[in-house]
Amino acid sequence: MRFMLLFSRQGKLRLQKWFTSMSEREKKKIIRDMTTMVLARQPRSCNFMQWKDLKIVYKRYASLYFCLGVESQENELLALEIIHRYVELLDKYFGNVCELDIIFNFEKAYFILDEFLMGGEIQETSKQIVNRSIEASDMLQETLEEYMSKPAF
Amino acid sequence: MALKIVKGSIDRMFDKNLQDLVRGIRNHKEDEAKYISTCIDEIKQELKQDNIAVKANAVCKLTYLQMLGYDVSWAAFNIVEVMSSSKFTYKRIGYLAASQCFHENTDVIMLTTNQIRKDLSSPNQYDTGVALTGLSCFVTPDLARDLANDIMTLMSHTKPYIRKKAVLIMYKVFLKYPESLRPAFPRLKEKLEDPDPGVQSAAVNVICELARRNPKNYLSLAPLFFKLMTSSTNNWVLIKIIKLFGALTPLEPRLGKKLIEPLTNLIHSTSAMSLLYECVNTVIAVLISLSSGMPNHSASIQLCVQKLRILIEDSDQNLKYLGLLAMSKILKTHPKSVQSHKDLILQCLDDKDESIRLRALDLLYGMVSKKNLMEIVKKLMIHVDKAEGTTYRDELLTKIIDICSQSNYQYITNFEWYISILVELTRLEGTRHGHLIASQMLDVAIRVKAIRVFAVAQMATLLDNAHLLTGNMQRNGICEVLYAAAWICGEFSEHLENPVQTLEAMLRPKVATLPGHIQAVYVQNAAKLFATILKNQEGNTDSTAAQETSQMMIDRLPLFVQSANLEVQERASCILQLVKYIQKLQQKDVEVAEEVSALFAGELNPVAPKAQKKVPVPEGLDLDAWINEPPSESESEDEQPKAIFTKEEPKHSRPRHTEVDEKELARRREARKQEQANNPFYIKASPSSQKVYQEAPGVEHIPVVQIDLSVPLKVPGLPMSDQYVKLEEERRQKERAEKKKKEKKKRKEKRSGRGKKHDSGPESEEDITPAHVVDIVTEEMPENALPSDDDDKDPNDPHKALDIDLDNLLETTARRPLADSEKLPVRSHRAAGAPKSPAEDGEAENATPQEPKKKSSKEKRDKKKDKERDRKRSKEEKKKKKHKREEKEEDLLGGQAEEAAVQSEETKEVEAQPSSTSAEVSDLDFWLSNAPVPSNTQEAATVAAAEADPAPEAPAGTAADSEPEEPKDTETEESKSSKHKKKKQKKEKEEKEKKKKKKHHHHHHHSDGGGEESVQNGTVEEEEPLPPMSNYCLLAENSYIKMVSDGDCDARLWKFVLLSIC
Repeated sequence: MRFMLLFSRQGKLRLQKWFTSMSEREKKKIIRDMTTMVLARQPRSCNFMQWKDLKIVYKRYASLYFCLGVESQENELLALEIIHRYVELLDKYFGNVCELDIIFNFEKAYFILDEFLMGGEIQETSKQIVNRSIEASDMLQETLEEYMSKPAF
Repeated sequence: MALKIVKGSIDRMFDKNLQDLVRGIRNHKEDEAKYISTCIDEIKQELKQDNIAVKANAVCKLTYLQMLGYDVSWAAFNIVEVMSSSKFTYKRIGYLAASQCFHENTDVIMLTTNQIRKDLSSPNQYDTGVALTGLSCFVTPDLARDLANDIMTLMSHTKPYIRKKAVLIMYKVFLKYPESLRPAFPRLKEKLEDPDPGVQSAAVNVICELARRNPKNYLSLAPLFFKLMTSSTNNWVLIKIIKLFGALTPLEPRLGKKLIEPLTNLIHSTSAMSLLYECVNTVIAVLISLSSGMPNHSASIQLCVQKLRILIEDSDQNLKYLGLLAMSKILKTHPKSVQSHKDLILQCLDDKDESIRLRALDLLYGMVSKKNLMEIVKKLMIHVDKAEGTTYRDELLTKIIDICSQSNYQYITNFEWYISILVELTRLEGTRHGHLIASQMLDVAIRVKAIRVFAVAQMATLLDNAHLLTGNMQRNGICEVLYAAAWICGEFSEHLENPVQTLEAMLRPKVATLPGHIQAVYVQNAAKLFATILKNQEGNTDSTAAQETSQMMIDRLPLFVQSANLEVQERASCILQLVKYIQKLQQKDVEVAEEVSALFAGELNPVAPKAQKKVPVPEGLDLDAWINEPPSESESEDEQPKAIFTKEEPKHSRPRHTEVDEKELARRREARKQEQANNPFYIKASPSSQKVYQEAPGVEHIPVVQIDLSVPLKVPGLPMSDQYVKLEEERRQKERAEKKKKEKKKRKEKRSGRGKKHDSGPESEEDITPAHVVDIVTEEMPENALPSDDDDKDPNDPHKALDIDLDNLLETTARRPLADSEKLPVRSHRAAGAPKSPAEDGEAENATPQEPKKKSSKEKRDKKKDKERDRKRSKEEKKKKKHKREEKEEDLLGGQAEEAAVQSEETKEVEAQPSSTSAEVSDLDFWLSNAPVPSNTQEAATVAAAEADPAPEAPAGTAADSEPEEPKDTETEESKSSKHKKKKQKKEKEEKEKKKKKKHHHHHHHSDGGGEESVQNGTVEEEEPLPPMSNYCLLAENSYIKMVSDGDCDARLWKFVLLSIC
């Protein structure tokens, strides 16, 4: 996998994850290309596109498009599964996730993604384990936050 | 002081947090940029505060702004500050920000090394996890080098959570710092059998990625993966493994055979489409790898095609798309199986999804035959008309041309039809592919002699109606076809019905608005046309017509003489002068036609692409040498025309070694003409004698076809090609009747006579008789040219470099004899990443100097020594039995194994202790040989040796197959100088002793100096100091085997030992 993008129907980027290092300029160009290409797709088209040497796999969930750029040898259906699994994870975490959840808690969305994918590979295929580790690190964070929110004086 | 603290915390209460920021941005839709710039100012203030919580909050907001496209690189240092917070909450934010904002050129990354190392060794697994995650996004070569060892240690962490992250990030580290692959690989391999499924699948993922790029180095893992495949129930992992096999099978056909069965079982049983699809893909890869010389697996193909058909028929667009995609892979090797689904694929052309249509188009290319070409193209033409997006239409256009022109126009039976199609395509507005159509027109007109009459007529109409093309499309490429039209009309002007009219069309003022290179062709070909007209008219008694033509030229040409384009200008003024001169002669009633047409005499033949390259450079000719003092302009420009002329002149009518495409030909020809034009008295054989070729074939045009001719001429804009489809039908029916009579006979004739002229034209038949007897002029090549292509290889730029690096590394790991490999890693490891090795060593028992492999092998050995020994022995015995049976086939394997370039050696006496790798390798061979094939000739030798010495039995057989194994296997007390020997000895002795020994013992037969450390002769008999650079020094000899060795050292001081047994 090379990158994952989430953007709204209006083409607003909601999340970007790059699995290979790229300059800001390249990133912006890819984001622009992806949003225009994906948004231009007719409904009921297939979820795959060829873009340069990459396969673009995208899927729309409600008002959000999830867009994954994978190498040409990758299995497209697996990529779709990855998107779906990520949505499931978000859903589980936020409880009936919607676009606003991701907008306002974008860092959480990243944390979840980081537990699921890493360096462009699937890190953990078990939903339970991913959830458990997210919860565990959240617990850690929450306790620290409580600690911090105590008056500093 | 207290006040300051209080103030700080009150300030904090009023800080915006991320939610506030997001909300604010949403509330300021109109002036978002302004709002954000105030936010950024606030953030800058916050970053200046000492409170880490405030900073973290600011960094978090920045991360959000970065996503919105704002530059936050100025805050890189603050991000590092937040990363180094001891609080997980902030650390997490810091690493997130870093992973989003940092890239390889961010200079503060250098500052993070120690912080990251600290985090990696944090007692809190989530600290470590967050550091690994962040690192995976912004790892640089420096970080990779400095941290590789720490990460490697983490691969053996007690927590699976850390292990799997460490395993995954190793892939990134390998990419950035390829030297780490060798030391890390053994441990990575261990992780394939990790008790935790997450770690296991991470390892599978990483090895899959590695193997996909360099499959040959991972062949030895095949049995392990096979085991995983048959035992795993996790589809995510299964897909990866199956994909890995897809990469391995091309290298090892036996593997493919072994895979077919489990894969087909999976295809039958699985309900997961992704898995099914992957299986089908891999089966296809297997079948492709088997397709040469193996019994056909028609059942498997059928199964695949049948499954794919189900996918294509599915209402799910995704499955349809993937089905088509996979079909196209089958198409290459098994076109027949795909062709039977033509109906389905044609249906997909009507799909409303463009991606699907494009995939279907790809398939069509392989599905056409003589019978269905017209029908398919007709369908495509309809799509061209309907297509809305220019991209898709252009795609259609190129596909039509590809399909028709493939294999030298193999499937075209009626070239009039094809020309009509091309003419119809010129009506496409806004296409970028005018040049493509043009080159097809030129190609067909030049190579299919029988079609010239028709082509010329069509081109003349095209020229006549040039305004239709150029009117609103000045900018786009379609006017390129006029280039072809003008050239064809000029070059084959003797076929023109009304040359004067065409000449007029070519000299219209409007032509001056065309691009310069097209005008130049117009002018030049007007001159050709003029010559033809003169010739026609001079026969007449009335000489006024000829003079009128001259006058017209003189009237019109000045327009071009004024052209801003130099080439047009030059050609026009030359020709103008020529015509003026001719006019003078005409007024004196001198006959000039002969001389004028001589200017354009000579036939042009197509020349094969690359022909130019194949022309051998004559001895003594140095193309790079200056002939004269270097002129101011560039050398190459200077030389080219010379080459052209020297080559053409000796064989005037058949330029031999000229080059490639039509345009090039045209240009040269014109250059030649230009030269001749400067010499009006240059006389050559009369042009007529050279241009009668089209009569030669004696083509009998079928009446129907001739009637058609008129139609396209008159209505250039209308689609004519359809008519040909009908006509073709009728014609074929007639022929079918005839065909039955003479079928067998004719077929034979045709086959042998393809490409030659047949007077019997219409009668001779193939499956379908061409409407015209077509003489496809084959391309010319220099006599001694080889048909092979030298420039096929197109390296993939981005990953190529990485691949190569990996390749080298991997090769050494997997293939080289252990002894060598051990040495290598040690060095590279020490030199580059000295800090790492100690840590590793801590874990691994081994001494630092040893290779990672060694370590791993040692570790394994310790654990498994006994087991392995037993296993090996039994395997070997089995193997031997097999070998005897299958000796003949052994060569195949041997060849593969030897690719590594290391020569194999054999031991007189083989020690009983195999190294872990050798065990694996032998596993592979044994495992594979179970299927069909055995091992190589060397094995035979070794077997013989083994038989001679019953005691050492085991390793010999296995060793022969692959070199890497060999060294280990061969580690004999007596013979081997390799480290293996050391190992064995060490094992036999005490480990401590071993270490010492290693240090002391280096040296040997290996010629390279670098090798001292690495090469040790732990032992004994053979230790003869060998002179450096010696080839094949004798190591040992007994009545059965003679061992020699050769050493070499490459730039990196990696040592290879070459051993051979005679």
